[in-house]
Amino acid sequence: MNVIEASGLGRRYGGTWALRECTVAIPAGHVAALVGPNGAGKTTLLNLAAGLTAPSAGHVTVLGGQPAGSPMALDGIAFVAQDTPMYKNLSARDMLHLTRNLNRRFDQQYAESRLGELGIPLKRRAGKLSGGQQAQLALTLALARRPRLLVLDEPMAMLDPIARHDFMASVMMAMAADGVSIVLSSHVLAELERVADYLILMSRGRVQLAGEVDDLLASHRLLTGPAAEADRYAERLSVVHASRGEAQAHLLVRATADEPVPSGWEAHPVGLEELALAYLREPTTVLPGPDRARRRPLRSENGERTEAAK
Amino acid sequence: MDIDKAISAEPRRPAGASPIEFRLDPASGVPTYLQLVHQVEHALRLGYLKTGDQLPKVRDVVAALAINPNTVLKAYKDLETKGLAAGRPGQGTFIQAALTQVALPELSGLRRSLLGWLADADTAGLDEDGVVALFTSVLRDFYKRRGGQGDRGGASGETEGVA
Repeated sequence: MNVIEASGLGRRYGGTWALRECTVAIPAGHVAALVGPNGAGKTTLLNLAAGLTAPSAGHVTVLGGQPAGSPMALDGIAFVAQDTPMYKNLSARDMLHLTRNLNRRFDQQYAESRLGELGIPLKRRAGKLSGGQQAQLALTLALARRPRLLVLDEPMAMLDPIARHDFMASVMMAMAADGVSIVLSSHVLAELERVADYLILMSRGRVQLAGEVDDLLASHRLLTGPAAEADRYAERLSVVHASRGEAQAHLLVRATADEPVPSGWEAHPVGLEELALAYLREPTTVLPGPDRARRRPLRSENGERTEAAK
Repeated sequence: MDIDKAISAEPRRPAGASPIEFRLDPASGVPTYLQLVHQVEHALRLGYLKTGDQLPKVRDVVAALAINPNTVLKAYKDLETKGLAAGRPGQGTFIQAALTQVALPELSGLRRSLLGWLADADTAGLDEDGVVALFTSVLRDFYKRRGGQGDRGGASGETEGVA
């Protein structure tokens, strides 16, 4: 089952496409990370999936074919918006009360005991809670709806490192305990690298790369060798990103571990962050499959811009 | 930063039934599931874990390290494939077999001859990094020549060598 499935999805604000030609299928049972720079279309895609906005083009379904925004879809999805907005003057207890009355399903007992465990006083106004506590309150309200899909938009942007760790631990616990599928967005890949096992990379309103993290890592390699041979070698490969100095060149290519490497060249496995950065630096490179991967000549770069490949 | 408030907000974890606890090294570059596998193997070698011991429960690992439960499951499945651990439905994952251990007297003999070799290397002028580099290279060649039989339950196939 796919928790989010979009086909030809687009959303235009005035004359600008915030999201265009988005075709993606996010399978259930994963922690899917939606990563990309600001303005890449992450929030737009999440809002469309949550049914908060209507598409300008294409369509999107959730939880195995339910049209986004339909009653069935709304029942199964919990959405925590950016910066966990809250009625600052309402107490935590009032927020529970409000959420319970606005939803068909709400596990009051779960919500209260979770807040108790976290040491969040029910009497306190939401606005008086710390940033971490506000995020945890929002997460509690979302989880008490017992969703099958939890969507989090930039959930940790405002949190300090400890609150961030605790928040992520809570999300992962929900997944371990109840099998909730998770889709979350961030412009900082590093904070999702430990948890994400499915990656959707977005830039400029398009999906650039999508797939299981293990598959993506297994299908890319970093090749290091003499700069003089780089151009000739790159002709035969699908190069995602190239950087080179006077003597040495690094090519991040689509290739598996068993692909032969010419003598004088070394092949290294790539990390997730390195892979994502390589794609984001080349926003026109799209990965639909090996056949359509672009083969391009090396862009000449100055030696000083050479990436120290780690 | 409200560090102390954040600490007080952390849910307390009940004491785990497992003799070991996992940690992560984010800078190591080793995939998370493999770090868990290595730590179990290491604990087995050092005797912290014995046959019949329980591995930390998936939920406890997830709560402590804030990682994806699928990652923990993948690590435990890997240990099961290697025959080191076995899942018991509804209970958890338990150590099934120790790593192939060399008998103690033989081990001290091997240790003695290695010490002799190290003294030779030192006399020849190799420093510590040189010794490690040489040993690693010979070790890799040795097991490569044996045709990949050298599955020491380690990082076989995952951390590919940079030839």
